[in-house]
Amino acid sequence: MKKYKKHSLLLLVIVMFILPLLLDIYWLDVLTLVLFYVVLTQGLNIVVGYTGLLDLGYAAFFAVGAYTTAILMTTFHWSFWLTLPVAAIFAAVAGIIVGTPTLRLRSDYLAIVTLGFGEIVRILAINLDITGSASGIYGIPRPTIGSYVLSSQQDFYYLILIVAILSVLVVYRLGHSRIGRAWVYIREDEDAAEAMGINRIRLKLLSYATGAVIGSLAGSIFAVKMSAIAPLSFSFLQSVMILLAVVLGGLGSIPGVVIGAALVIVLPEVLRGAEDWRYLIFGVALVIMMIFRPQGILPKKYETEDRSDPEEETNDKNHSISV
Amino acid sequence: MDVFLQIFFDGLVIGAFYSLIALGYTMVYGIIKLLNFAHGDFYMLGAFIGYALLSFFTGDGGLNAGLLGIGAVFIVTMIIVGLAGMGVERIAYRPLLTAPRLSILITAIGVSLSLEYASMIGWGASYKVYPIKLPKNGLEIIGAQISFAQIGLIVLSALLMIGLRLFIEKTIYGKAMRAIALDQAACSLMGINVYRIISLTFFIGAFLAAGAGIMSGVYYGTINFMMGFIIGLKAFTAAVLGGIGNITGAMIGGLVLGLVESYGTYYLGGSWKDVLAFGILILFLVFKPTGILGAKEMERM
Repeated sequence: MKKYKKHSLLLLVIVMFILPLLLDIYWLDVLTLVLFYVVLTQGLNIVVGYTGLLDLGYAAFFAVGAYTTAILMTTFHWSFWLTLPVAAIFAAVAGIIVGTPTLRLRSDYLAIVTLGFGEIVRILAINLDITGSASGIYGIPRPTIGSYVLSSQQDFYYLILIVAILSVLVVYRLGHSRIGRAWVYIREDEDAAEAMGINRIRLKLLSYATGAVIGSLAGSIFAVKMSAIAPLSFSFLQSVMILLAVVLGGLGSIPGVVIGAALVIVLPEVLRGAEDWRYLIFGVALVIMMIFRPQGILPKKYETEDRSDPEEETNDKNHSISV
Repeated sequence: MDVFLQIFFDGLVIGAFYSLIALGYTMVYGIIKLLNFAHGDFYMLGAFIGYALLSFFTGDGGLNAGLLGIGAVFIVTMIIVGLAGMGVERIAYRPLLTAPRLSILITAIGVSLSLEYASMIGWGASYKVYPIKLPKNGLEIIGAQISFAQIGLIVLSALLMIGLRLFIEKTIYGKAMRAIALDQAACSLMGINVYRIISLTFFIGAFLAAGAGIMSGVYYGTINFMMGFIIGLKAFTAAVLGGIGNITGAMIGGLVLGLVESYGTYYLGGSWKDVLAFGILILFLVFKPTGILGAKEMERM
């Protein structure tokens, strides 16, 4: 069974590598966007799925990556590859800055603070000169490998495909590591986790920072792919869409989240005629999912035996109604 | 001095809107510990339904509706939106009251998106111009221009808030709300219909937000389907500022935020006013999460 699974995964990866040769430019673009969302949702999956911290400003980290790369490449003429670690560091610091003040707060306050932070980043991008104000930054140079310039649609497809595969691997490995187990433990019961010797603060910050770094990576590539970025791409709606993909797919479940990312991007493309209805449908979908199938389309399977409902939270009962 | 006073009155009007919306946040939070993200959208809904009714009755936008007609539209709108609030609670939140907190928060975002984009589909994405305009004339106090409309809005908001206070302190329903905020399980054992009271709380919250919505529509002149989003966040800030769960706190928090924002806009420039509000929110959450009135065990709603 396990071997079978491995083979089908390998097959999927090979298909993903061959696909650009078969698709027209339009669907290639859609697929590239799906892969961006795969990376973003993997990052958010760590924060919301694993650690159970609702982040409503995730697009801010996407923005940090995109703007860092864009500014370094246009104003300071850095090479694209050198901007990646800098963007990652900035994003990690930003993650820690948002995370630190909210550690003592309840989860719903956290949601609001991250939302506020996301808005602050967007407003900063609109108002600062270095980020090009409301019109953003354009003319971002193409990245090069040796003398080869990455410029075609397919080049960027492969670049983001590799990053997506890497991020899936990293998030998978992290999830099955000591750290990942600690994150899940914090999500399930924070007090118990701490009693077991888990450093709650450090691990929550680590969760934020890791999620932020993955988001910024997607941002950096987004900047060079689009070659122009504007604050509009990093709105609250973007954060909500990423969250929607994670929730639809199944919190904490890697294949689920990948499917969620594909759904959120491809569905509107298929339903072209219903352009205006898109967000309404997504909003209703969120509500229906939460009521009828809170674990998502492809829920995470837990190895531990006696969990009948993986989403059941036990540490906060006082808001429940007993009738 | 005149500028100072002028800003003070402008801030008071905005603050009154914030207070009215913050009340809904704080009541719902007090009773079921839910941050109703969709709350700002009831404000938007109020503005739009008021717009629809006013356009319907006044025809081409003349002032022939009269004060009585406008008052009737005002009340009908608030009741419709209040019912919508009850509907949202019944459909989206009630099945999840015992579910993990994350689920109900995500649901609230879903509700917010649905309300916003349903309004967009219904009324269009562009800005709508309100069918009635407020007369510009008013008083002059030490060089500051205060229109009668501003005074009217402030008085109206104050009346609504006083009404709410009386309702919560004097009626049996208000008593039930306060009791549920303290201990839900005990209340249901004592024969209080908990669900009905929660429903009522949503009605009042949406009712007040709709009042703010229609007033702001009249005051600013234009409305848009996204207008509830930022103001919802700000009202939440106001609720936190005053101490979430605390009715008086929400009123004070709204006024303080309105004033701070007004002065901030004057001294720092309009593009930073949202940053200012969120900055205050984050600072308060970090250093004094219980808010201005949170020092002692406050009268929780």
